[in-house]
Amino acid sequence: MNLALKDIQHNLGRFSLTAIGIGMLLMIVMGMGGIYRGIVEDATLLVDRVDADLWVVQRETRGPFAELSRVPPSLVHRVAAVPGVQSSREFVYHTIQRERDGQPLRMAILGLDWPIDRGEWLPLSAGRPIAQGHYEMVADQSLGLRLGDQIVLGKDSYTVVGITESMISASGDGIAAFSIDDAQAVQFDTPGEAIRLERAAREARGESFELTVRQPDVLENVWKPTAELPAVARPQISAVLVKLSPASSLADIKDIIAGWGDVSVFTQEGQRELLLRGTVDRARRQIGLFRVLLTVIAAIIMALILYTLTLDKIHSIALLKLIGASNAVILGMILQQALILGCVGYAIAYLAGHQVFPVFPRRVILATGDLIQLGIVVIAISIASSFLGIWKALKVSPNEALT
Amino acid sequence: MTESQGREIAISAMDLTKRYGSGNTEVLAMRNVSMTIHSAEVVALLGPSGSGKSTFLTAVGLINPPTSGSISIRGQKVLDGESALVNLRSFRRRHIGFIFQKSNLIPFLTAIENVQVAMQLNGQAARVSRQRALELMDYLGIADRASNLPAMLSGGQQQRVAVARALANHPSVILADEPTAALDGHRGRQVMELFAKVAREQGAAVIVVTHDHRALDVFDTIYEMEDGVITKPTHSRSAVSGSSD
Repeated sequence: MNLALKDIQHNLGRFSLTAIGIGMLLMIVMGMGGIYRGIVEDATLLVDRVDADLWVVQRETRGPFAELSRVPPSLVHRVAAVPGVQSSREFVYHTIQRERDGQPLRMAILGLDWPIDRGEWLPLSAGRPIAQGHYEMVADQSLGLRLGDQIVLGKDSYTVVGITESMISASGDGIAAFSIDDAQAVQFDTPGEAIRLERAAREARGESFELTVRQPDVLENVWKPTAELPAVARPQISAVLVKLSPASSLADIKDIIAGWGDVSVFTQEGQRELLLRGTVDRARRQIGLFRVLLTVIAAIIMALILYTLTLDKIHSIALLKLIGASNAVILGMILQQALILGCVGYAIAYLAGHQVFPVFPRRVILATGDLIQLGIVVIAISIASSFLGIWKALKVSPNEALT
Repeated sequence: MTESQGREIAISAMDLTKRYGSGNTEVLAMRNVSMTIHSAEVVALLGPSGSGKSTFLTAVGLINPPTSGSISIRGQKVLDGESALVNLRSFRRRHIGFIFQKSNLIPFLTAIENVQVAMQLNGQAARVSRQRALELMDYLGIADRASNLPAMLSGGQQQRVAVARALANHPSVILADEPTAALDGHRGRQVMELFAKVAREQGAAVIVVTHDHRALDVFDTIYEMEDGVITKPTHSRSAVSGSSD
């Protein structure tokens, strides 16, 4: 006869409500672990998917995901000329926020070096990669856009031709892929009035320039688009992605590029590390602290409930002692109840979590290792929380059965 | 006491004294009480409240050891003053059955489980203990209430379940503290007669602390306690019967 189960059966309502409460708390603990895993996954997803051997970024910066990085587009050719480099391509990455249907729309914009990179590597769930150099985009489903939707960014309209799954930036925004030219057009979009003012400023500067005095026709250039001016450089890109030949040495090529005075270079692993230590580390510590606090709260609640359940049956415990029950029987009864409470709470957390987590705004990833770890923690707090009840039960004298 | 001659001594309590507190607050609950009870003997312990009856019962029940004196059960010395000479809880489990004023059943166990639990604590297998519990409940006329929780039983039925539990492990000694206080006269007498029947059929020594003078003819021996001492000499059942005759 299992006394623990019999008592639970007798107090099923209270036990169930407690288990649900513990389950909800554990679900939050589980969810926070999952959110952390999601943040790590989101932060490193792009670096992993892009699968570049080296990232060449602006000198003394930590790359486009950590901070603003600007390098000239011509760097692609310089890098391509290094022996052992199989290919190099431009990379543009920035975040924008616009309004769509009265709702804020935040998206991380990823520039693809079209036509070298058409985004075939993107995890498409519908549609296709971009097929032309302008006015097409591939959007993550978290952005709420559908195939064929058109969205106006800057002065142009872009059509959604593909939908990805789980392409989320480190800050939790859905990623939208454009050609590099379009990504830059969105990034450096300037209002008409600003353009007119800039042209007027150019004209004013030109009039004081000796060349325009001798060749007044030069001044006509100030009214041309910026991109057409030979003296003005192309907009800068965020980074250059490098793929090495199979036989080449990663360390050697990294050393060569790192020797240039205007850029810094990171391996794929280095870029991941930077992301995890920079963007994610504070979130990890904060979430970790919350998890510890919630676990402690769950343990305290469990301890109080088990203590109350023990107090409720103190007379029965005294009676059991009177008729000869050993301390092991009493201890076993309370410990079993604690473990049952913990295990049922964990099961509720797991089942409820699977229903609730998918509707969370950020990705929640339940890793097997984390679930096992939480399971061990639940067993530990179940045992710890039973101590108060066990202490009370062991103090009870058989005499109390006579009163 | 002629009936007891030749029978095994079940309980031997020698010079039991129980002292609570010290100095000005010292209370002497029991003074040099000695008692010998044989197997199958049914003993009543009478006395007013505070006379030391329950103190004696808890001392003999190995729950509340005396300050001095010794207790032997079935020839084995188990308490010498406050010193336990055996594992008291284990000894209680194997040799002593308790019945209280209130039935003291475990509320989350059914009637049969309340009986079974005593046997299972003593290492009996579930199937064997269930069979024995059913037999006992049948013997006590409550087999039809086996699957009821205590809250669903009447006071008399609860007390019978408590008796079944006390008998479950074939104890050498049954200790009952005011077992009929919650019962009407008829039921009270039935319970007392049950003790006598159990004592005779199973050879257990039974000590009953009671205020109920209506069923004293059931007992072999009657002791009276007052101010912690046994004030009257023992009376055999025949003597009580004789006086009533």
